[in-house]
Amino acid sequence: MSAADLTISAARAALDTGELRATELLEAVLERAALTEAQLHAYLTIDHEGARRAAVDADAAIAEGRAGALTGIPIAVKDNMVTRGLDTTCASQILAGWKPPYDGTAVARLKEAGAVIVGKTNLDEFAMGSSTENSAFGMTRNPWDITRVPGGSSGGSAAATAIGSALGAYGSDTGGSIRQPASLCGIVGMKPTYGLVSRYGLVAFASSLDQIGPFGRTVEDAVTLLEGVAGYDPHDHTSWPGEMPDFRGSLGRGVEGLRIGVVDELSGDGYEPAVIARFEEVLAALESAGAEIRRASLPSFELAVSTYYLVAPAECSANLARFDGVRYGLREPGETVEQMMAATRASGFGPEVTRRILLGTFALSAGYQDAFYGQAQKVRTITINEFEQAYESVDVLVSPTSPTVAFEVGERSEDPLAMYLSDVCTIPSNLAGHPSISVPAGTDPNGLPIGFQILAPALGEEVLFRVADAVETLVGRAEMPVLEEVAR
Amino acid sequence: MPIEIDIAHVARLARLGLDDDVLATYGAQLEVILEHAAKVQSLDTDGVEPTAHPLGLMNGFREDVARPSLDRAEVLAQAPDATDTHFRVPPALEQE
Repeated sequence: MSAADLTISAARAALDTGELRATELLEAVLERAALTEAQLHAYLTIDHEGARRAAVDADAAIAEGRAGALTGIPIAVKDNMVTRGLDTTCASQILAGWKPPYDGTAVARLKEAGAVIVGKTNLDEFAMGSSTENSAFGMTRNPWDITRVPGGSSGGSAAATAIGSALGAYGSDTGGSIRQPASLCGIVGMKPTYGLVSRYGLVAFASSLDQIGPFGRTVEDAVTLLEGVAGYDPHDHTSWPGEMPDFRGSLGRGVEGLRIGVVDELSGDGYEPAVIARFEEVLAALESAGAEIRRASLPSFELAVSTYYLVAPAECSANLARFDGVRYGLREPGETVEQMMAATRASGFGPEVTRRILLGTFALSAGYQDAFYGQAQKVRTITINEFEQAYESVDVLVSPTSPTVAFEVGERSEDPLAMYLSDVCTIPSNLAGHPSISVPAGTDPNGLPIGFQILAPALGEEVLFRVADAVETLVGRAEMPVLEEVAR
Repeated sequence: MPIEIDIAHVARLARLGLDDDVLATYGAQLEVILEHAAKVQSLDTDGVEPTAHPLGLMNGFREDVARPSLDRAEVLAQAPDATDTHFRVPPALEQE
């Protein structure tokens, strides 16, 4: 077994006893990347030099007894999280070659904690997509079947964690961009309550929905990764200034006495039989373990995708106005500044980003703002109210994470609406700002991973991780993909 | 209800200098997406307050004191065109 296959908890123990050095662990991970990157393309940049320096520093810290939970742990970050002096592209031509002049808060906290940042992972351009096919620098493939997508938009972080070219990773989740790829790649992926992790230095897509969160091979690893970055940040006034939830406090407590609500609206037509079968097996296991299973109805979930495709593009069209060829990135020539900007943006943005900017600009334009963006914000309120009502009689809600297993490369790329519907189960948590997690729940008959999603109220991370941990114990931890199928 | 979009106008607002035939394709796609998105109008939202921040945080304040900012040379080094002190762009006003 390679050290690249260790969980973060196991690697921590081995580093602390001196059985393993951070430099050795990093080399095992880099070797795994060298074996698999030609096929998977999980990374846009691997920072060999920076990572090796960090690993040496980590070994020194461990030897001096200054190690924290992430000291010496090789992790990956999505390439929309800015890293000082290290290329940050958002998988877009418009930012190709940009070397940011600062670290985002999450990245700065990871560096202070002694984590070893292996590199920057691939994504759908500006995190817009559900398959990682929209990357300007080439798609990422699913380590379980390289003819299929890893999900998206954080597909690179999911694939790297699944195959061992990182022990864990961070992504961003605006409508499901952590949980859906975690589900499709057979790992744990978690979106925290809005505001628990600072968005300073996360290149903004839809500011009222975006949230950084972890990918791990186990629930405990996801907890450790979240602990490493969560907390108020004066640089982000939308970050949560109150007390942090106790993420770890209820791991191992089981589900005895908990009330679990099955969301009626997230099943039925369009859900693959194997997805439903695994979901129901997990429910039965939870019930045997002492949970009470109830039904819950949240009718506005039927409008969640529609709401999202007004709110997210509207905010994206405003946020992406900053990419205009003036301060960083690409510039195309133009006689006037307006011509320069229009030429730069037409050439620098890919089709999905262009489509969403146009959609959002229209939804915010004079005469349409109330009917579209304004109405969508009111529907968000209704969704939040329905959640609150549901949580009066249940502790958590559950659903499949994705209606389908990983789909074939190219299968949905010509039909934007079909791609958007990939996120039907994950979007409601973003609209409400609530935490949510995807945990592996076995595979379909072809061996493709299926995820089980748990949703909790705002700041309800303690019960969320408690149930996730119980599911992991009941189902058994997911295997890793077969390396020989991916290595070349 | 079909939604008509003046896609050339929208592209101008968004500063996207795209050819007419490309824009026509986007326009047709947007009409399909908006038809789906317009379902939000089916819900009665009379008297419902819009949500902007999901946890209801309001303005955050800090002391009005000077703080270190980004290094100017490091920032300007990333610009497509700059002097030692400024970003440089083509003329903002068209010549008469």
